[in-house]
Amino acid sequence: MVFDHLLFYVFGAVSVLGSLLVIGQRNPIYSVLALIVAFFGLSGLYVLLEAPFVAVVQIIIYAGAIMVLFLFVVMLLNVPREGASEWDRAHPFYRPWPPRIGALLALLLAAQLAWALSRTPGLGIGVADQRPAVSSVAELGRVLFTDYMFAFEVTSILIIVAMVGAVTLARKRED
Amino acid sequence: MPIGYYLALSGLLFAIGSAGVFLRRNIITLLLSVEIMLNAVNLAFVAFGRQFGTVDGQIITFFVMTVAAAEAAVGLALVIGLFRHRESLNPEAFTSLKW
Amino acid sequence: MAGILDWLTTPQTIFFLAVTMVVFVSLQLSAAVMVYAERKVSAFMQQRYGPYLVGPRGLLQPIADIVKLMFKEELKPKAADTLLFAAAPVISAIAAITAFAPVPFGASTTFFGLLPEPMPLMVADINVAVLVIFAVTSMGVYGIVLAGWSSNSKYSLLGGLRSSAQMISYELAYGMALATVVMIAGSLSLREIVDSQSGYWFGFIPRWFAFINPISFFVFTVAGIAETNRAPFDFPEAEQELVAGYHTEYSSMRFALFFLAEYINMVTVAAVAVNLFLGGWHGPFIPEAYGWVWFLIKLAALCFGYLWLRWTLPRFRYDQLMAFGWKVLLPAATVNLLLSAAGVLYFGL
Repeated sequence: MVFDHLLFYVFGAVSVLGSLLVIGQRNPIYSVLALIVAFFGLSGLYVLLEAPFVAVVQIIIYAGAIMVLFLFVVMLLNVPREGASEWDRAHPFYRPWPPRIGALLALLLAAQLAWALSRTPGLGIGVADQRPAVSSVAELGRVLFTDYMFAFEVTSILIIVAMVGAVTLARKRED
Repeated sequence: MPIGYYLALSGLLFAIGSAGVFLRRNIITLLLSVEIMLNAVNLAFVAFGRQFGTVDGQIITFFVMTVAAAEAAVGLALVIGLFRHRESLNPEAFTSLKW
Repeated sequence: MAGILDWLTTPQTIFFLAVTMVVFVSLQLSAAVMVYAERKVSAFMQQRYGPYLVGPRGLLQPIADIVKLMFKEELKPKAADTLLFAAAPVISAIAAITAFAPVPFGASTTFFGLLPEPMPLMVADINVAVLVIFAVTSMGVYGIVLAGWSSNSKYSLLGGLRSSAQMISYELAYGMALATVVMIAGSLSLREIVDSQSGYWFGFIPRWFAFINPISFFVFTVAGIAETNRAPFDFPEAEQELVAGYHTEYSSMRFALFFLAEYINMVTVAAVAVNLFLGGWHGPFIPEAYGWVWFLIKLAALCFGYLWLRWTLPRFRYDQLMAFGWKVLLPAATVNLLLSAAGVLYFGL
């Protein structure tokens, strides 16, 4: 029980620190790697929530496929570090304000979330206290292919559209 | 572990993600921040799913992941196209409607 | 404190720690054995002697190699990214070793009655083992990609890019082949998959999935070879065009880690193939308790197959590799998946 709490804090800290590193430094390749670390933390949290399938899929799809794509693009473009280019230095008057307003908006959002959470009843109930966990992959598959059948099929169309779109967008034009 | 802890963590991650979207000036980092926000929402879904003892929370997660994959593919294709035009990833370099 | 000590001294915990250590050490040793076997087998196929000076029949050659590597100078290109350059080989090695954790290598045992209840001979009995292996293997690509990028050298970068493209392309076919087996066995746990392959048809043909679904076995083996970057798919390190690919700039123990990771990956893919398609530790003549002997025999046979292929087939061209992966292997695996699904549904395989 104590062990579970400890693991929650460890995995939570990993995911929060990873996310902070993503936005906290300027080298895009380190951002991608920090996000992978954060995903591992989240994956650990899913294991704690007795959802092993989601935990593994998180690693396979996010860390193993989507992040490789990001890394690939960063490497292929040899992306410059943020703030190093000529363009950035060209507008000293214009630049500082939007980030400041942005930071304000982010703080506002965080405050709203905290406010909403503080007013929600029942937050002290343990996640595992009320119902037994459904972690069997068979049950997951049954629900996915019956109740969520339509959504599942629509997803396949979404992927096809995304694939065609990506190919069309990234293709070199002849002109 | 009380559900409130998971929700607080999820909210914190979401706030970090949104801060990244507002603060960073690199399209790739913006896309990464959007991924953080999607994952924060996933965590809340799975935590609720665990509390109510249903699989729906986990299933929504799969759909979110699919959307994230599609978004990453199209987004990165756009990034490659934009980079070819301007040799920069700063979103402020792409303010003109036509070039 | 006393509770932890009690927990540490239960037979189960000691057995678990012992199994973990045995797996860890034998994985390293297996890499040494594979290096020796590779050199001897290639020599045999090319009518040479191979290593014969160090130890009887050159048996100590791998140890000599390791000692040599340890005393080499650690070189790093000036423009390299220090942190990632150091991290890449470690990521490779960790991913390679971790992938073996959910792989069972013998029947459940009470270890001569020392354990209160039978425990499986594996590090971690996970009920989504197949997916865990898939996930950890897909992490291995990071070591290679980061090595290629952080070296800041053209050959390394090209090697890294080729390898990531290759691994992503073949991972799909690999996953499809896994899915057919999972479907037929009706479980994601490797232990249960192995157990569903026990028994015989007509008293002598073993119920291996390799016989039920040979296409799946073929796809899995080919994709596995491509995943581990072995010949004839060894583009990331194609000597003639890319010097040494992603590890061009590496030397000494960092290079040794990549080498170790490559051979451990081979052994892991072979072990997974044995469990998924060749009935794991089940076999005739040897009692169930000593099933790990069968496991080792099958593993050795598959590893020899790897070496045989490498020294027999010439390397593909890169476009041929991609075309083969996307236009032959993936469609074949998909059709096979559909057929197996129909088979499971209508004939209850």
